[in-house]
Amino acid sequence: MNAVIICYALVIGLALPLGLYMAHSLDDDRKAPLDALFRPIEGLIYRFAGVKPDHSMTWRDYAWAVVKLHALLILFAWFTFMAQGVLPLNPDDIAGMRWDTALHTAVSFATNTNQQHYSGQAQLSYLSQTLAIVTLQFITPATGLAVLLAIVRVLLKRKANKQDSASSTTAGVGNYYRDLVRTIVRVMLPVATVVALLLAWQGVPSTYEGAQSIAPLDKGVSISQEIPRGPVASMVAIKQLGTNGGGWYGPNSSVPLENPTAISNIIETVSLLLFPVSLLVATAIITGRRKLMNGIGAVMVAFSLVSSTTAIVSEKMPNAAFIGLSASASPNMEGKEVRFGPEMSALWASWTTQTSNGSVNAMHDSFNPVGGLVTLMDMFVNVTFGGIGVGLIGYLLYLMLAAFIGSLMIGRAPELLGKPLESREIRWISVAILAQPLTILGLTAITVAFPGLAGTSNPAFHGLSQVLYEYTSAFANNGSGFEGLGDDTLWWNLTAVVALLVGRFLPMLAPLAIAAWLAEKRTAPSGRGSLNMDSGAFVGLTAGVIVIINLLSFLPVLFLGPVAEQLTSGF
Amino acid sequence: MTVSMTTRASLLTSLRMMVLLAALLGLLYPFVVTSLSEVVFPSQSRGSLVYDENGTIVGSALVGQPFVGAEYFHGRPSAANYAPDQVSGSNLSPGNATLRERALQEARAIEERDGVTIGEIPVDLLAASGSGIDPHISPQAALIQVPRVSRERNMPITEVKNAISSATENGGIVGQPAVNVLKLNLALDEQARGMP
Repeated sequence: MNAVIICYALVIGLALPLGLYMAHSLDDDRKAPLDALFRPIEGLIYRFAGVKPDHSMTWRDYAWAVVKLHALLILFAWFTFMAQGVLPLNPDDIAGMRWDTALHTAVSFATNTNQQHYSGQAQLSYLSQTLAIVTLQFITPATGLAVLLAIVRVLLKRKANKQDSASSTTAGVGNYYRDLVRTIVRVMLPVATVVALLLAWQGVPSTYEGAQSIAPLDKGVSISQEIPRGPVASMVAIKQLGTNGGGWYGPNSSVPLENPTAISNIIETVSLLLFPVSLLVATAIITGRRKLMNGIGAVMVAFSLVSSTTAIVSEKMPNAAFIGLSASASPNMEGKEVRFGPEMSALWASWTTQTSNGSVNAMHDSFNPVGGLVTLMDMFVNVTFGGIGVGLIGYLLYLMLAAFIGSLMIGRAPELLGKPLESREIRWISVAILAQPLTILGLTAITVAFPGLAGTSNPAFHGLSQVLYEYTSAFANNGSGFEGLGDDTLWWNLTAVVALLVGRFLPMLAPLAIAAWLAEKRTAPSGRGSLNMDSGAFVGLTAGVIVIINLLSFLPVLFLGPVAEQLTSGF
Repeated sequence: MTVSMTTRASLLTSLRMMVLLAALLGLLYPFVVTSLSEVVFPSQSRGSLVYDENGTIVGSALVGQPFVGAEYFHGRPSAANYAPDQVSGSNLSPGNATLRERALQEARAIEERDGVTIGEIPVDLLAASGSGIDPHISPQAALIQVPRVSRERNMPITEVKNAISSATENGGIVGQPAVNVLKLNLALDEQARGMP
């Protein structure tokens, strides 16, 4: 239990100073620290890219800039994966990827998901792992953060609301490239470099040499071992920090080369939550809405504690398959590593699904049914902390819905921060929220209707959970999986691409549009009868809305999957 | 900020931005981190390779090896047969009959090999690891193998137990005690050859 408490304490202890630093580095109205160091680097990028960083974009231009850059990145990564066999930095002579796997991989990494239908150590060259994947692992979380900054700028920041309606119409939402470059250069790159070096110290390989061939010590064994290596540490750092999750090796951070020691495990676990929680702090500082952000933080921490505790209790229980064979009261160790044990494996599983990271240090497919249920619930909710930037954006959607419901409950015209919520806003809030159950349940239903397509490897209820998990993970931009699923097929690659794209861009860009529309409206002065979003009652209402919407959407399928699995497990 | 309602960033801008960021993040950053690590942590960066007394590479401290000989401590079941280029867990669910069958066979083998009663076997010797190359077993899993290894090697039990403590990485207050099987077996082999 010590390590669990240490991890929560480290996240809080580090998120406060890092959040403060981020707020000062990213807010337009503050003097950024270390400006003399970073400004020339940014200046070089702006100059060669031909970007005028002070030109503020409309929300449409901002969204288009996001879409265009990501379309190019998808094409670039797709090409790199398919052509890697003839490109440099390929010491292990790995062949090009099949077109559909390469497309799925490119989209998966360009949507901050990192769902993997391949095994990295055997199917990607060093060039693909660095130039294509590491690049996307920086750009995608920075994009989530950039869009959040734009929304903060027009809607949440206190100062913005003092402006009259005319000026906020023309002020724009900011410059995407500027938000992107500042986030990368001032925040992500420095932190990732430190974490990468710490991981290299703990034993994560860091070399451009190819695999090392070894004859095992026991001469009774006839096989030889090929130990895959590479510039692994630099990737694992940003994989963990950037709510990415796609690892160098197939089974991710359960592999001792990717996560060698109890200490590296602490570093990687804390990295899961570091940026999402720091961003809460930074947003509170930038917006000046401490009470509102305290309420949001309280709900997130409450969800997190419930999820983590349940997962830990579940995985300390025995695995049904070993009852009567192993020493009594043994924890579930199937798919888990000895150096981590059940608690730190369960903590990771819950944090990685709370943050839309999706890296793993144990196999979720072999978790006890309740542990699997926790990871699914976390991904449905997806705003416990959520992905970098998009977690708070997703929470904002629920906040708008709660404001709509709350206003009606107290007999007021629906409003958010003094801005009227009207039919156009509510329509798009509903579309963004309902797209999730429609996509996940629709694709799951089609796939299980054709057992030949499903590729499930486990029987009965757990087989349904495998299919459900895959689409849920794709839509949530999480990337973890019930990995027994045979998912490297044309059907899985193409249908997952749909869930990935809808799950990324709709819930990220619709709130940007809504924020811009709201900003154009005249602010109504708040009176005594207005909805108080800082109150405990409203915080509770928002939490209730989140829980009720997710239960209404997914309770039936959860009963057919993990709940039925638990009830039939015999104990 | 100046305002430009018509700023419609051209595709060319996006393209140039991509090229610059890819060069910075996808080439320069990994190169700097990797080069720095190679200098500062030379052993770790090349895969924590383990050498015997002659300087021959016998493995990596981070990659478990398959052991079948009775004179060796055995590691955990592996869904990848300890092939590090095909790392994998079993991904079998607790309710899967295949998992129960595998565990039963493993339990019978351990009962025969080490004389441990079924129902008292340390669970990590029955459960496959997540990576398929877990280099560790629990101290309990090592202890049940002591009588056999001691017998096969004609080595006193206390010496075998000492070797186990030397090969145990306890992870401090944040970790689980874990015995590195390769290091343990290597130490026993070297001891047998009269090395310190």
